[in-house]
Amino acid sequence: MFTYILRRGLMAILVALTVSFGTFALFHYATDPAQTIAGEDAPQEMVDDIREQYGFDRPAAVQYFDWLGSTLQGDFGESYFWKQPVVQLIKDHAPVTITLALASLSVTILIALPLGISAALKPNSWVDRFALSTAVSAQAIPNFWLGLMLIILFAVTFPIFPVSGDATWRHFVLPSLVLGASSVPAVMRLTRTGLLDVLSSDYIRTARAKGFMGYRLILQQAMRNALLPIVSVLAVQLGNKLGGSVVTESVFSMNGLGRLAVESIFNSDIPTVQSLILIFVLTFVLLTLAADLINAWLDPRIRMG
Amino acid sequence: MGSEMSTTSILDIQNLSVDIPTDSSTLHAVRGISLELNRGETLGIVGESGSGKSMTALALMNLLPPAAKRSAGCISFEGSDLTHATEQELASKIRGQRIGMIFQEPMTSLNPVYSIGRQLKETMTLHRKVSESEAEKRAIYLLEKVGLPDPASRLKQYPHELSGGQRQRVMIAMALMNEPELLIADEPTTALDVTIQAQILHLLRELQQEFGMSMILITHDLGVVSRAADHIAVMYAGDIVETGRTAEVLEDPRHPYTQGLLECVPGYRGTSQQRLGAIPGIVPAMTGTISGCAFASRCPRAADICKTDTPPTKALQQGRYFVCHEPNIQTPENTANTAREAANQTPEDSALKKGEPILTVDGVSCTFMVRRGLFGKRKPLQAMDNVSLTLNKGEVLALVGESGCGKSTLTRTIMGLQKPDSGSVTLNGRRIENLPPMERARMIQPIFQDPYSSLNPRKTIGEIITKPLAVHRIGSRQEQHAQARRIMELVGLPTRVFNSYPDQLSGGQRQRAAIGRALIMNPEVVICDEPTSALDVSVQAQILNLLLDLRDEMDLTYLFVTHNLSVVQHMADRVAVMYLGEIVECGDRDQVMTDPKHPYTHALMDSALSISPGETVPDPGLAGDFPNPMNRPSGCPFHPRCPLADQQCREQAPGPELIDNTLVQCWKAKTSGSQLKS
Repeated sequence: MFTYILRRGLMAILVALTVSFGTFALFHYATDPAQTIAGEDAPQEMVDDIREQYGFDRPAAVQYFDWLGSTLQGDFGESYFWKQPVVQLIKDHAPVTITLALASLSVTILIALPLGISAALKPNSWVDRFALSTAVSAQAIPNFWLGLMLIILFAVTFPIFPVSGDATWRHFVLPSLVLGASSVPAVMRLTRTGLLDVLSSDYIRTARAKGFMGYRLILQQAMRNALLPIVSVLAVQLGNKLGGSVVTESVFSMNGLGRLAVESIFNSDIPTVQSLILIFVLTFVLLTLAADLINAWLDPRIRMG
Repeated sequence: MGSEMSTTSILDIQNLSVDIPTDSSTLHAVRGISLELNRGETLGIVGESGSGKSMTALALMNLLPPAAKRSAGCISFEGSDLTHATEQELASKIRGQRIGMIFQEPMTSLNPVYSIGRQLKETMTLHRKVSESEAEKRAIYLLEKVGLPDPASRLKQYPHELSGGQRQRVMIAMALMNEPELLIADEPTTALDVTIQAQILHLLRELQQEFGMSMILITHDLGVVSRAADHIAVMYAGDIVETGRTAEVLEDPRHPYTQGLLECVPGYRGTSQQRLGAIPGIVPAMTGTISGCAFASRCPRAADICKTDTPPTKALQQGRYFVCHEPNIQTPENTANTAREAANQTPEDSALKKGEPILTVDGVSCTFMVRRGLFGKRKPLQAMDNVSLTLNKGEVLALVGESGCGKSTLTRTIMGLQKPDSGSVTLNGRRIENLPPMERARMIQPIFQDPYSSLNPRKTIGEIITKPLAVHRIGSRQEQHAQARRIMELVGLPTRVFNSYPDQLSGGQRQRAAIGRALIMNPEVVICDEPTSALDVSVQAQILNLLLDLRDEMDLTYLFVTHNLSVVQHMADRVAVMYLGEIVECGDRDQVMTDPKHPYTHALMDSALSISPGETVPDPGLAGDFPNPMNRPSGCPFHPRCPLADQQCREQAPGPELIDNTLVQCWKAKTSGSQLKS
């Protein structure tokens, strides 16, 4: 187990470094940052001034390691647009996104797993049909439309929840439903097919021959095997949600990382955009690592590999 | 019947049927069979794939696939009728408790994510109010009983850490946790090597006697059933066609299918290299109703009445009956004679034609560096150690050994697909590595084990067979096709399958296509790698007959890799036995098989289960499992399992030695014969 963690940890660090280099290169070679800051029509002297002032005239490697060093120390630079440290910006916006992501992931799990399991237990029954049609509709309905419908129904017609904002837990109910519903189809289908696969395996036949049936057969024999792919896909879904859900945050006027990302892109706020991309990617790397470690804990074949 | 039977009978099945609805019609997997099993006895259910034997076993405990429907007049187990038991009752009172079950696939039948200990213990704690430690005690006791060394530490291991034989032992221990009255074993040894098969069957017999269990043994192997079962039921197309005491059925088979099956088994009549009796055709589709006898289309004696009227059940005595019209009664001796006559037509002396050596393997060694994990050390795996072998023109050399012994590496080296570290392979006087690949491919061709995966599913049979000609740019398209049709005729494939795809052919036909592809270039040497082990006995017989015919017609030389010793007995002129990358014994077939010099060969021959009712499964006398090639023992690689090993064997590796024309690598070879017999 220890060597497995070590190996996966090293791989994750390698990926993170590659990504950081990629992000850096993208912004320093695809655009001229000095020109961007100065504006399209700025005179050449001003651009040169900015280039010198911000240190864009130094060799690329020096700039990269300088940036990497300060990033590692938690210094993400200063936002050109908001004129405050990027760290502070992220600290302000992250709680909304993290809360929304976790709440919506719970919604996904609470709907998708029971639905997927009951569908797998009785394939081609009405439960199964219901589950599959739910999945198809959830996949077909766009996020913004579902959001608007929920607002009309539960905030306007029946004013149970607030329309917009992120002040109290009540503000999070509708957006969590919207964002959570978007992941239900993938997770539900995977649960269903994964469990169906496991239930038709030889070792489940063995377990039945030993006298297992009903919920014990599912929970004590089958579920652990079926969980492996679900853990992986949940990690990706959580990553997507933590990456800021621009549409949902916009529809419900929530001040999360998604909104921050969009605004900084529109305003060419390179340090903020760069930091956000790095954070989003690192979140994915960490979540994948976590999923792999959970799977290794679940499956001895992986951890002893 | 009455009261006397009911006191001894533990299981009585009446009129059991299993139907599986498909898209277009219904598949009748089991067609109203009746069976009876006496307490403490073993009932062997024999049949080819698709005969319904596994479905019968699963139907007993209602473990059938969800789509299958079971109907039965009565399944009386110890007086209670299981047909009316609910799922709840079956799970809580019968399954795993009073009826234990062992399945065919030890590699997939254990839950991969839980430890052996947990899987053993839960079988007991699920049904009884026992403490964890009591269950653990029982688990350790049973693991010891089934012959797993160091059982206490095994409990923490996971299935993937065990070999196939070890997993099957765990399965057996698991089935015995609650001391069931009945054990159902569905092909318990089919996936295992011969010595392990003998160990497991021997063990089952011992355990059965010790615990007074009754047993249903399902198998396709007549050798296994002849030694392990008290009664036999022969199944064909979902029906029992003949049943009775093992010795009576096997010595005096009355149904033409039973007779045909027995004639298909190499070595049944104790003669070799003559044609096997083969059952023509294949098992009929199991959908719809069968008018008349299901076997009529394949039966050599079928009369008109067989095709129209359901055959009558003819009882010979209590518990011994067969289902047949018996048109034109012919005794098995007669059919054996016709088979023998057919054999005499093929030149018998071909085996004696001692040709020049066509292929020489000289001192070949091959070591792979295997690394486990990213930071693991690279460890050597010695797949072959100083292997020497000669193949003479026109002969069949059988290469025998258990999985992991290096057979595949050797055949790959011979075909020039694997470069040896040292030593050389010479084909027709030329070093194999100096031959251009095209020429090498023309002279040496393989036939693989699995005709289901060795043919490209997206190519037609015609394309597959002509491919070698196309690669070698021989002839025009028309000529290639004409040649392919000639070859198809030669290997007994109807030319109408020329444009068919592999999945439209039966297993036997596919293997014929694979043989056709191998032979179209007119090779000198054919490497047959377990060519019949994926096939049913009746089809195996057809393919073995074909291979022997082709050898004579096309002047071929075979290297025949197999683990099936009755096939060796039937096919081979000479035999080479391989163990852990070494040829431990090599000589004439009769010499090696009847008077083995090496203790390993001795154990192998003891494990070979020929059909001999009345005899039991012998204990091969081998300790432990086939060792991991990564940890080769010092000295003689066989010493940890050898009953004769002493100090010298543990320290020094023996060299090859010629005794009575047989090449042996063993310190004890000169004296082993008398020592092992005693």
